[in-house]
Amino acid sequence: MKKIINKKNIIAAAVAVGVYILITVLCSAGLLSRHYQSLLVPIGINVILAVSLNLTVGFLGELTLGHAGFMSVGAYAGCLFTLYSDLPTVIELPLAIIIGGAVAAVFGVIIGIPALRLKGDYLAIVTLAFGEIIRSVITNLDALGGAGGLKGIDKSSGFTSVYILLLITVLVSVTLVDSRHGRAITAIRDNVIAAESIGINVVFYKLLAFVSAAFFAGAAGVLYGHNLGILKPNTFDFNKSIEILVIVVLGGMGSIKGSIISAVIITLLPEVLRGLDDYRMLIYSIVLIAIMIVNNSSKLKAAKEKFIEKIRSGNTPAKEDA
Amino acid sequence: MALLEVNGLGIKFGGLRAVDDLTMKINKGQLYGLIGPNGAGKTTVFNMLTGVYAPTNGGFTLDGEALAGRSPIEINRKGIARTFQNIRLFSGMTVLDNVKVGLHNSKKYNVFEGIFRLPRYFREEAEMDERAEELLKVFGLEGEKETMARNLPYGRQRKLEIARALATDPKLLLLDEPAAGMNPNETAELMKTIRYVRDEFDMTILLIEHDMKLVGGICEELTVLNFGQVLAQGKTSEVLNDPEVIKAYLGE
Repeated sequence: MKKIINKKNIIAAAVAVGVYILITVLCSAGLLSRHYQSLLVPIGINVILAVSLNLTVGFLGELTLGHAGFMSVGAYAGCLFTLYSDLPTVIELPLAIIIGGAVAAVFGVIIGIPALRLKGDYLAIVTLAFGEIIRSVITNLDALGGAGGLKGIDKSSGFTSVYILLLITVLVSVTLVDSRHGRAITAIRDNVIAAESIGINVVFYKLLAFVSAAFFAGAAGVLYGHNLGILKPNTFDFNKSIEILVIVVLGGMGSIKGSIISAVIITLLPEVLRGLDDYRMLIYSIVLIAIMIVNNSSKLKAAKEKFIEKIRSGNTPAKEDA
Repeated sequence: MALLEVNGLGIKFGGLRAVDDLTMKINKGQLYGLIGPNGAGKTTVFNMLTGVYAPTNGGFTLDGEALAGRSPIEINRKGIARTFQNIRLFSGMTVLDNVKVGLHNSKKYNVFEGIFRLPRYFREEAEMDERAEELLKVFGLEGEKETMARNLPYGRQRKLEIARALATDPKLLLLDEPAAGMNPNETAELMKTIRYVRDEFDMTILLIEHDMKLVGGICEELTVLNFGQVLAQGKTSEVLNDPEVIKAYLGE
């Protein structure tokens, strides 16, 4: 029988705490340059965005290009809330995150109900349009700061709050995927007709994946705004959605671990390559192509699959003993 | 009363009558065969019985309840499960998970109980594991429960599909060419399994098949379709010796 406290979960918890302690120690000991310290929050936010987008792209198997749209909706909702409230930060920030996530989720439902009837490229185009519409609406709304941006937001979030939300996102994604609901979502990806034939409510589960992804994107947006202190509509453009999609594809569709690792690499890569000046973007794209080719080689895939099956079947008897 | 009663069922695609005026009765516990040459409309009948297509004429009842035109999801919940002619497994999932998806509606824990791992999650997941492994054992697949479905050999994929359909706890099981692509040994084994499923699960089975050995070996009654219309109906031995049927299959 499954249990919460098992070897795998203890290791995962240890890694999560260990990474946090390591980074805090490195920061306070001054071993991490100011430049790299400033990258911690963007990395964390990209991890949240990638893990959540993986729910729709990787597990549900629907290509959406509007993730930055959901992020911006959540960011503006959460940041407006803190601008107009004067609660203490400890209460205000978590509340803002929930509000931002909830507003993004509501948008997810509104967009998702009509859009999820579409398939493949069509869904991609509709979600792309959604992201662009949101951006131009915000740009033209003076109440939201317009093109100049929403200014004066408390800079109340930092690495710790991002790390906490990151852990929550990963935890929820992992537990959602490994439940009857997550299996239904994956089943829809693999074969819609078969899923319907065994009584899976396809509309509901598509929406569930889509809305959960929107929620976390919105929540990440709130932290993003509270880290920079300013929200500019142009940061949430099409390129941002593509960047997250690249992270997900690179990390492997339907692999949460892969999304985390690849978010770290993709966010760091342009900075690491900064020394190359003019050649930076050239090398960046070559590295992306190289990773893609290696990741997609059928031999590596087959080896990986065998390895995983071996581990799983090796673990089964041990599990039954426990 | 018959378990499945089909009354004048028909469907038109534009001007083409793919199936016309099909009437048949299947009693509980029966092994019933639906045969006919290629393009006769057999799979179209399955698609109507499972809600993929809405019939344009007639209807059918399961246990007295009219189900024609309902959605596939609803019809499955009312007790009809099927397999597909071209196997449709959840290929990126493990064998065990394929069956557990079939058990989806038998458990009730909600999204939050799942995410936050409340006690009901553990209890019901354990029940699902147990039931899924029982089903896999029936088909001799218990040793491969962690294998990706797409890595199973063809014959075993067919069996897994039947196991997944049975997981939804149906009253009526529809098998669309279960022996397609199997060698004689595999077919013989499949016949045994189908009989076993009928007896063990007290199941009613309607199957489409081209393999006459299998049809003659296990079906008690047959309906023969040709160009969407019923050509013959009745006891297997009588139908298979009907000159009209032989003509439709082999030509004059």
